[in-house]
Amino acid sequence: MTVAVDFRNVDIVFGADQAGSLALIDSGATRAEILEKTGNVLGCAGASLTVHEGEISVLMGLSGSGKSTLLRAVNRLNVVSRGQVLVKDGDGTVDVVTCDEATLRRLRQKQVAMVFQQFGLLPWRTVEENVGLGLELAGVPEAERKERVHRQLKLVNLDQWAKKYAHELSGGMQQRVGLARAFATEAPILLMDEPFSALDPLIRTKLQDELLQLQAELKKTIIFVSHDLEEALKIGSHITIMEGGRIVQTGAPEDIVLRPANDYVRDFIANVNPLSVLTAWNVMRDRRDLEHGKDGWVWLDRRKTTRFKIDEHGLVAAAERDGKPAVWVSCADVEGQPEELAQVFWANPGTSLKTVMLAMHRSQTAPVALFDDQSRFVGAIGIRDVLSAVLRR
Amino acid sequence: MDPISKFLVSYRIPIGAWGKALFGFLTDNFNTVFRAFSNGLNFLLDGIVDGLLMLPPVLLIALIALLAYFLQRSKGLALGVFIGLLFILNQNLWKQTVETLVLVVAAAAASMAIGVPLGIWAAHKPKIYRFMLPVLDLMQTLPTFVYLIPVLTLFGLGNAPGLIVTIIFVIPTSVRLTHLGVTSVPKAIVEAGEAFGATKRQLLWKVELPSALPTIMAGLTQSIMLSLSMVVFAALIGAGGLGTEINRALGSRRIDLGLEAGLAIVVLAIVLDRMTRIGVGGKK
Repeated sequence: MTVAVDFRNVDIVFGADQAGSLALIDSGATRAEILEKTGNVLGCAGASLTVHEGEISVLMGLSGSGKSTLLRAVNRLNVVSRGQVLVKDGDGTVDVVTCDEATLRRLRQKQVAMVFQQFGLLPWRTVEENVGLGLELAGVPEAERKERVHRQLKLVNLDQWAKKYAHELSGGMQQRVGLARAFATEAPILLMDEPFSALDPLIRTKLQDELLQLQAELKKTIIFVSHDLEEALKIGSHITIMEGGRIVQTGAPEDIVLRPANDYVRDFIANVNPLSVLTAWNVMRDRRDLEHGKDGWVWLDRRKTTRFKIDEHGLVAAAERDGKPAVWVSCADVEGQPEELAQVFWANPGTSLKTVMLAMHRSQTAPVALFDDQSRFVGAIGIRDVLSAVLRR
Repeated sequence: MDPISKFLVSYRIPIGAWGKALFGFLTDNFNTVFRAFSNGLNFLLDGIVDGLLMLPPVLLIALIALLAYFLQRSKGLALGVFIGLLFILNQNLWKQTVETLVLVVAAAAASMAIGVPLGIWAAHKPKIYRFMLPVLDLMQTLPTFVYLIPVLTLFGLGNAPGLIVTIIFVIPTSVRLTHLGVTSVPKAIVEAGEAFGATKRQLLWKVELPSALPTIMAGLTQSIMLSLSMVVFAALIGAGGLGTEINRALGSRRIDLGLEAGLAIVVLAIVLDRMTRIGVGGKK
């Protein structure tokens, strides 16, 4: 996978005494200590993060954790004190920290677009004039600009509103204008600084869905700042958690939920519904960890209620539940099955934990088997695995 | 007198003497330059006044009312302007009013032309503004009579020195309001401009100035009003117009003449204010 943005040991300090603050950072001082000794504010320290092309990388943290500060280093709205921020530019990369003004402007016009929390629309301009801002600044001729602007407005369903002024639109619509303005530049990298935080919850969910839909088509590289873990888990393919200017954990959404690095992260995920992120794969016991009997029989659960006979190809040859022969049925068909039948449900590793739990419920807490794409048996989920995942024990 | 005061008085700083020496130096060495400037300016202003007075007054009044309509798209305003100016004509003060009008418009235009760029500069360079502030305070609060004297010695009598003292008094307002307008552009939209790759010049013309426009236009209206308030002082050093009438009324204790000329100034003020007002919120 190609790297789109690479943060390398990025330190950002706001204030006059840069050298003194950097020395304190090196000695491991906290933000409060640096503020007390130098009067400078630590934005972020030692931040290293690689963002690959086409992924949505979410920076998470409480306010003041440095997440926006790090994001704004990508287009140098915040000046980096030390370190590198490498941004993909055509076939090469540019270090935003050291590049000259002309290069920076070209990056801002063509490579990196931004969406703001407070929308940042110009109130004296119409919707279409706002969407065309980036193209206008880059000197795109008017005819081409008009055409690109209207394509973007169609994309976000605002073509009826092109001639209205920004303040005549609702908050959700204004942020769609903000999105269209960013898309219009056709920049492959998108910076989103809490874009949906100022919106009410219903509109927020709707715009998140729209963003995911657009992303499926446009395949941008998105760096997304959020303080809302539900949002991060929903849209992020990669999540980075920050505290006091430093990165404390980075990984896939389910890594964060299942293996929080410290108490700060644990507090963060305390109120998250694990069912919205976990899949069968995250909670299953591997077939090698299951208890094997003789003649190829394998117990699926610890209570030994259910077992499979596995043939030499890894396929299931027979199933038995409570000592009686049983059938094995896909979780996808859980609704259509008569309840009295002795049955064992199976799922794919990617099936959501929610679906697995429904299957368990239907089958009087029988374990759920997991098959891979070739229907080979790969593992099983018992009731205890589900409970410990939900309770994070 | 107590000893400390006595001591201080005996070492008095010769501010007055220094100032006098400075102006003496300027008049001795650059007198021809100042006079040439003054003569040229007088010639220009008198020429404009004469040109406007060649038109039949009713025609000129109708043209101003038409301009009011084009600026504000309001028939009511155009009618009001027409009636107001007819009232001045009726009081037989038309010549003086045209003289005052030319002086006021010239002073407001000049102070905007100088004040707006200074205000933008000050807004971008807070340090410059710190140096500018005491000068602006001085220009606004130094009693007008004090700088009438040096201006008189440098530029002589006439419309030109009147224009210059008016500009000195009015510039601080346009500087301050432009500074206010540009510094209170919301940070979010400045950043939006930067994030999409605006140059400094693009940022100024496409973001800062449009956003500050309502405040800058308030500066224009204020400049016009303050220029009008200087009319009487400018008349003391030979600028013509309604101010001259008021000074004459004061000298000869003519209540009637003073009232007529005073009302004419008020009417002119209202007309100019309504014509230059711009609705806040732009094109809406």
